Amino acid sequence: MQQQDISMEQQDNRPIDEVDRRIILATQAGLPLAEQPYDVLARQLDLAVEELMERLRAMQQSGVIRRIAAVPNHYALGYRANGMSVWNVPDEIVGELGARVGALEFVSHCYQRPRHLPLWPYNLFAMVHGKTQDAVEQGVEQIALLLGEYCRGHEVLYSKRILKKTGLRITG
Amino acid sequence: MLLKNQAASFSVRVRTGRGYNMTNRLPKTGKLSVLDIPLSLSALEKCLLNEYQRGFPLCEQPYAEIARQLEVSEAEVLATLASLQQRGLISRVGPVFAPRRAGSSTLAALAVPEQDLEAVAAIVNGFAEVNHNYQREHAWNLWFVVTAPDDARIREVLGEVEVATGLAVLDLPLERSFYIDLGFPLWC
Repeated sequence: MQQQDISMEQQDNRPIDEVDRRIILATQAGLPLAEQPYDVLARQLDLAVEELMERLRAMQQSGVIRRIAAVPNHYALGYRANGMSVWNVPDEIVGELGARVGALEFVSHCYQRPRHLPLWPYNLFAMVHGKTQDAVEQGVEQIALLLGEYCRGHEVLYSKRILKKTGLRITG
Repeated sequence: MLLKNQAASFSVRVRTGRGYNMTNRLPKTGKLSVLDIPLSLSALEKCLLNEYQRGFPLCEQPYAEIARQLEVSEAEVLATLASLQQRGLISRVGPVFAPRRAGSSTLAALAVPEQDLEAVAAIVNGFAEVNHNYQREHAWNLWFVVTAPDDARIREVLGEVEVATGLAVLDLPLERSFYIDLGFPLWC
């Protein structure tokens, strides 16, 4: 399945090159809080600021960069409950169901992942966020209703503790 | 300067006049912002938190651009973002990268005997390639994300985790993604 993923990537995406990779490394911990942050970065990377901005734009277009953001720390802001809901739905229709679940407002991530039978029967993951466990449970209930008879089983794995959390890191 | 005296109070809509009308910038999932969390945040803080989960300007002076959009000074924007960052309310200002696009990643899980949890968590956290690690209430109680430049290194890390912990790893790489990541509304 890893191989399959890679080939999908090659079909869909313009590959990033070494300069892009350096830009990712330099920005993944955040932009400087300076009046001209891209300028500061460009100097660090020994690039023209126009090229840096053009490459950031291109990576946004190709989807390597999803968005540029002031990234909130949801946990610190009171969103302390998050439930990773996992669902066993028919493979033939997982795409359609996943799209509908992913569109729900309280679902922050929705992915298809492989089953590992008999240990792990679930193929659809939806991360449900809320301020309380009640709010998360209501969200899960709503997903169950939406999936209806296609749901052959589900569980919710509540987070107990964050043991490590950093932004995406690729090692250079 | 519409924001100065609008200290946050509970259940008060962050509604302001011209220039601070950000509704057209809201993510598609967004609604009007209502503060209902026990934090004392200014209107400017709430706005920076809620409205810039996407669309942070990609221009020479992005903070000046935000200042223009919100009708405050650039210095205020910079100081407020710095303060939010210092207090841990924003983790960073910058690009959010798609998983598996700028490298390779997987979600992995371990079923760890309760008494070994601290030791195993320490081993897992010791890998630079592990960027998230959560304890969850389930027989599979340790869930972590491994990110590396390529799949070979991912397999290597998982192998090393298995050797170091003596536990089998559940390897659940992403096969398909079903959402458009817009950030999500903080106050609604």
